[in-house]
Amino acid sequence: MLKGIRGTLVMIGECFRMSLSNIRGAKVRSFLTVLGILIGVMAVIALITTVNGVTGSISDSFLSMGAGTLMVSVTGSDLKTGMTTADLEALTQLEEVEGITPTVNISSARISRGGKYESRISVSGKNAYYFLTNPEVVLRGRMLNIVDERNMSAVCLIDDEMIESFFYGVDPLGERLYVNGIPFLVVGTFSADSTESIASIFSGSPNILIPYTTAMKMNNASDVTSFTVYMAEGVTSDEASEAVEGAMDAMFSYEEDTFTITTMDAIEETMETMTGMMTTLLAGIASIALLVGGIGIMNMMLTTVTERTTEIGLKKALGARQWQIQLQFLIESFLLSLIGGIAGILLGLGLSLALSNVMGTSFRVNMDAIALGFGFSAAIGIVFGWAPARKASRLNPIDALRAM
Amino acid sequence: MERDTAEKVFFRMRDINKFYRMGDEDMQVLRDVNLEITEGEYLSVLGPSGSGKSTLMNIIGCLDTATSGEYVLRGNRIEDLTEPELADIRSRDVGFVFQNSQLLPRLDALRNVELPLIYAGVSGRERTRRAREMLERVGLSDRMGHYPNQLSGGQQQRVAIARALVTHPGILLADEPTGALDQKTGKQIMQLFRELNEEGHTIIMITHDLHIAQNAKRVVHIIDGMLTEGGGTEDA
Repeated sequence: MLKGIRGTLVMIGECFRMSLSNIRGAKVRSFLTVLGILIGVMAVIALITTVNGVTGSISDSFLSMGAGTLMVSVTGSDLKTGMTTADLEALTQLEEVEGITPTVNISSARISRGGKYESRISVSGKNAYYFLTNPEVVLRGRMLNIVDERNMSAVCLIDDEMIESFFYGVDPLGERLYVNGIPFLVVGTFSADSTESIASIFSGSPNILIPYTTAMKMNNASDVTSFTVYMAEGVTSDEASEAVEGAMDAMFSYEEDTFTITTMDAIEETMETMTGMMTTLLAGIASIALLVGGIGIMNMMLTTVTERTTEIGLKKALGARQWQIQLQFLIESFLLSLIGGIAGILLGLGLSLALSNVMGTSFRVNMDAIALGFGFSAAIGIVFGWAPARKASRLNPIDALRAM
Repeated sequence: MERDTAEKVFFRMRDINKFYRMGDEDMQVLRDVNLEITEGEYLSVLGPSGSGKSTLMNIIGCLDTATSGEYVLRGNRIEDLTEPELADIRSRDVGFVFQNSQLLPRLDALRNVELPLIYAGVSGRERTRRAREMLERVGLSDRMGHYPNQLSGGQQQRVAIARALVTHPGILLADEPTGALDQKTGKQIMQLFRELNEEGHTIIMITHDLHIAQNAKRVVHIIDGMLTEGGGTEDA
């Protein structure tokens, strides 16, 4: 028994050696044979790695934007259409809540100064807390403060685009700018990049920031329908979400479907589902290439068996058993396919590295994709090598030798 | 399992017939062949081409089986054996030498000789040792790393002989071993066969050449599938 196992191991080792020398002996043909597998695996690896890199970059920026926050959007009921300033104040008092920044957008404002005007400019109303928690937003001048908020002051911060349009060669601080005909005092400038939030992905980033109370007055609105909750330190998003939900349920008299709370976890989950679906779809398409590659290997191995009839007969005359012949051919196709697979993995990684550089996304080696490419090519070698190997092992030694 | 009465009998054939199906009709290749070989014998089977001598060799070497008759090799009734068991016998009891030596071109001499040992499950060092020993025996100690295309016809045939003998089989079966060689080299191979036989190897050589056949201690003739002991020396 022990001798049998040892003999088998010896045999397997020798099969690898013989297969390698056969593959090396027919370099061009081996290369052409594995080309299908190579391209297939390369496509799978490049697609998965690139998609992962892109979605990874997107979800990274999502997370950095929304770490420690909840997004609440209010649809309201007939009796109560949104959150009043007092409601928001009440939420701020919750133990789990650090602060709240409402977002009140004037989506299509007409801006003018002197003889120039521009329409469809995005104006966003923020509160003082927003500037306190995101001080990096302000480049020059001052933040909007609690006094502006209370007084519904006509003050604003503007971004580079507005400076270029209306204050070319002029220091905008202290100047006036008309928003829908109302004069606003420019008290500062802000960086457009730093105002990006999850909300801005859907509504576009604003060019002008004003106190949210002022924005409400301009919209003729008495309440807020969209705001961000900053969670207190050490509070999980589930805890915060539950607390806010409880308080808001009471405010909306426990009526259903009046508001939605979105946590980062939920967004992340959605992102992951989307990524997963995309990856599966792309990998599915790429695996057609792998299938074609596998058929290529089978075709080549069948030809090889016919060509090497004499060799097979000779080996049988020298005492080779059927399983030994079968093993040899199986290992040969396995090796061929694996070599193609490894080359495909390397090329695929190289390709996605290049792509990630071009697209400016992050490059992440996905071990799952590599394992998939590896496993798939090995499996293809065995599955598609099976029939030819079996054919070889069943050759009648006499017929095989007669070809001599 | 039948036990041979005399210890020395290597194999015994009784009334062996072999038919091949050619299209619609059966062709009889061997007719009632009776043959007994004792260990240490050196026999040649002399016959023209198409006489059935290669078929006889294939049956002796368990590459093929008879249509009818009884063939007992070292106590095994061959007709009762399955293909894996036949492969065992080929691996253990028989060594083949073919006309064109039939070496694998991508393996050097040493590795070619190691091949039957691989199939017999002999591992690494032991395998190389035995292959070296056998190559030294056939006079090729300085050619072990050469590939078949770097060897002369005679040297290739020596490698083939070493390969056939490396498993220490009970019998060496040679099909026209000098067929592809010039006369001088052929003589050297015959000299080697004689020596091997003197060392105790049982040899059966198949040939159409009377001069070659006469190197053996015993000659049988085969014509149209019928085997006759000694006698008529018509050259085919």
